[in-house]
Amino acid sequence: MSSSATAAATPEALARYEPVIGLEVHVQLATATKIFCGCPTSFGAPPNTNVCPVCLGLPGALPVLSRKAVELAIRGALALHCRVRPHSRFARKNYFYPDLPKGYQISQYDEPLAEGGHVDIAVDGAARRIGVTRVHMEDDAGKSIHEGFADSDRYSYVDLNRCGTPLVEIVSEPDMRSSAEAYAYLTELKQALEFVAVSTCDMEKGHLRCDANVSVRLKGAEQFGTKAEVKNLNSFRFLKQALDYEIARQVALIESGGRVLQETRLYNPDTGETAAMRSKEHAHDYRYFPEPDLVPLRIGEKWLDEVKAAMPELPADKRARFIQEYGLREYDAHVLTATRSASEYYETAARVAGDSKTTANWVMGELMGLLKAEGKQIAESPVSAENLGDLVKRITAGELSGKLAKEIFARMFATGDAPAAIMEREGLKQISDAGELEGIIAEVLARNPSQVEQYRGGKTTVINFLVGQAMRATRGQADVAAVTALLKRKLRPEDTC
Amino acid sequence: MDIASLTIDGVREGLLARRFSASELATEALRFAEEENGRTNAYLHFSPERALERARRVDEQVARGEDPGPLAAVPVAVKDVIVTKGVRTTCGSKLLAHYVPPYDATAVARLERAGGVILGKTNCDEFAMGSSNENSAFGPVRNPVAPDRVPGGSSGGSAAAVAQGTAVVALGSDTGGSIRQPASFCGVVGVTPTYGRVSRYGLTAFASSLDHIGPFARTVKDAATVLGVIAGRDVCDSTSAAAPVPDYTASLDGNVKGLKLGLPREYLKELTSETGELIARGVEVLRQLGCEVREISLPATDYAIACYYIIATAEASSNLARYDGVRYTVRSGDGETLAEMYRNTRGEGFGAECKRRIMLGTYVLSAGYYDAYYLKAQKVRALIARDFADAFQEVDAIVAPVSPFPAFKLGEKIDDPVAMYLSDIYTITGSLAGIPCMSVPCGETAEGLPVGMQILTRHFDETTMFRLADALERTVGVGNARTRQRG
Ligand SMILES: [Zn+2]
Repeated sequence: MSSSATAAATPEALARYEPVIGLEVHVQLATATKIFCGCPTSFGAPPNTNVCPVCLGLPGALPVLSRKAVELAIRGALALHCRVRPHSRFARKNYFYPDLPKGYQISQYDEPLAEGGHVDIAVDGAARRIGVTRVHMEDDAGKSIHEGFADSDRYSYVDLNRCGTPLVEIVSEPDMRSSAEAYAYLTELKQALEFVAVSTCDMEKGHLRCDANVSVRLKGAEQFGTKAEVKNLNSFRFLKQALDYEIARQVALIESGGRVLQETRLYNPDTGETAAMRSKEHAHDYRYFPEPDLVPLRIGEKWLDEVKAAMPELPADKRARFIQEYGLREYDAHVLTATRSASEYYETAARVAGDSKTTANWVMGELMGLLKAEGKQIAESPVSAENLGDLVKRITAGELSGKLAKEIFARMFATGDAPAAIMEREGLKQISDAGELEGIIAEVLARNPSQVEQYRGGKTTVINFLVGQAMRATRGQADVAAVTALLKRKLRPEDTC
Repeated sequence: MDIASLTIDGVREGLLARRFSASELATEALRFAEEENGRTNAYLHFSPERALERARRVDEQVARGEDPGPLAAVPVAVKDVIVTKGVRTTCGSKLLAHYVPPYDATAVARLERAGGVILGKTNCDEFAMGSSNENSAFGPVRNPVAPDRVPGGSSGGSAAAVAQGTAVVALGSDTGGSIRQPASFCGVVGVTPTYGRVSRYGLTAFASSLDHIGPFARTVKDAATVLGVIAGRDVCDSTSAAAPVPDYTASLDGNVKGLKLGLPREYLKELTSETGELIARGVEVLRQLGCEVREISLPATDYAIACYYIIATAEASSNLARYDGVRYTVRSGDGETLAEMYRNTRGEGFGAECKRRIMLGTYVLSAGYYDAYYLKAQKVRALIARDFADAFQEVDAIVAPVSPFPAFKLGEKIDDPVAMYLSDIYTITGSLAGIPCMSVPCGETAEGLPVGMQILTRHFDETTMFRLADALERTVGVGNARTRQRG
């Protein structure tokens, strides 16, 4: 980030102020179809093909609310510990824009889906609870494309495929006091929503978008300062950078006798700075009023219970269960529940392996190590959870030595093959057959008469050399314990046999 | 065949007796309608291909011995705010002069499934905003009964087509009286069913919480038949009702003995004209048929017009936002900026009445005004609905005038929007309450201008409404002014 971005406020000045941050997060619900029509929500279709009269806003078309979208929104609200209102209502948010074909967005205003939740975060060991003011549903607009066409200097192009994609907007209380807390809040929120399969939260595809309300005040002050809304914080890195910049800007402004304006600012990731949007671009009076084309949304106890029953486990519950059920340490449980896919991977592998602790070590050690080296997510692991479980099972059954297992795992990671296939192909089978081992050991003893002599003479440490020789002879495919035991027996004086 | 006086039953008899085929009837009806249209401008455009294709399928069904449906071969006109796949739908607006929808309104699809043959699309006030049909971008409609007079609005074209005999039945839309008032002015039957009874899917929205699709016909029975065809739950309209649809024609036996009728004091106090006398005569007919008549009170009536013009314009300001020149609307010049393109398109595209209502509606929804206008209007709307609910504790139906006066002269009120708005007073209350209401011919003034009586009943009790209208019709006579004039 450029030095000019933060140079304006001295560290001393920054230390005297306390930032107050609230986030508005838009999350795309993971439904196959749009919120008010049956069009697919799939990403990457040719422009203006996933459309119908409803999402195109053609004259006479009417919205019909998707039950699935409501269920996912309820799930999300419950994951954030919100109270789902038995009665909520859609409202029209009116504004003109070419990618908004109805001339209004169908959102919720004074009667949102859910209210009063929280997200627990921990920053530098300090636990804090961040309030969630509300969760409401709305439809997404289309996409305006201002560049890349021969006549882009004169015209913009519009792709309405995204129109009507179901979103929830999650509004936090102004409870965060640093960019690190905002970062932690967004991380926890994303994790919770991923876990209950409300959204894929793929920021690159715009499935999770974030705006922030930022103000600063002197530490100890009760009154909030004037807030600026910062838009376009569409990655975790940008969120932190933008907030740090904006906090420093406001502090510097106040310190130099200026006043923070209530305005909308756009974050520019190229410069790392925020800049005020031209007032016209956001001076909207949205003229909200209840959407007359939809009946009020009633969510009775029965429906709520059904959604709850079908709801996947929340991260905190899963962590507790991993500790309880699998005997994992707190830290391990945390790592293995960091994402839904990690926890699913682990549970599948542990079930196949039949040994939860060894599985945990392998997932966190070998697997995550190699994934990290290749910059991959666990969902992209070339080794399936079943195959890793199979490998661990062979280790705990004594069929594979740890060393051999690691060798096989490396090949599994490279090829995606199952352990059995690799062992078969490479001849990497553990030699556990006593007859075969005895032959090898007899050969080792015959080749090293002086070491045998030394052992029998009382220098028993020499057995390590002999074990090494035996292992080399088997290309590491023998069980060390078995080799050692067999050697010891063979090296005993003849008469005691 | 005398197309101008055909009824649904007449069409069915002729068809099944093989006196004419559906195709012959469609061809003849199209020819007649096109020929007569110059006198009224009731139709904006015809859909001969679609009509003949539908008629051919009816003929095939008849040939195979299948039931071709309750509206088989019946020539139908559809108001041009109701979308028709592949057939231009202009909403009476320059902005949609070339718009061809890719889908059918549910009501249209149901009409055709029942065998109906859509001849064409009828003229109307722009986006159904008006009470005289003078707000159409494609010229006014003349009242077939008196060509120097308006047919009423906004469904003036549909009312005129049915009155003129160029359609047996027609679909209109009603937001504050747009079916009932033109039906009254043209001397035909016009029905605004319970809100939610007929799907709005495919009805271009004016004020969504008040918009209805309903039928026009020359007889009560025909109107009841058409409503039976188009009514019922539609998954494409969340506000459509699941209540079962009765056979509305089954109880049209003229027997209305014992029904209790309410006459709203507030509606009659200022009604001294011939209209009042004709309504009183109609009420007397019903009394003699055994109805009990009593005076009732609907005290919130005084606030109805203000309430209606706040809610309707608020919703309209939002509903009409989509005509922005970006996609299917006619764009007036690109302009230098997006804002300029919007301004050009909407400034040149919308007529004066639409602009007036968009401005009113934008104002009442604006920050700081919402509570004082929109929210208060919603409370008044609830009071009006409660007035009716209270009244229906005592009576089975309410009878009232449709309009304070019969059809007025073209141009007479166009420069006085408030006078035009005030003329909706008797129809607006029923719309706000969402109850079924209809206009049935009740007689003519000395000048020969038709006057309709309005009948209003409880939610989803269209049956009682039709029974009363049918009973009145049996005495007063079928309200086809044109055919009666011809003797
Ligand atoms: Zn769609």
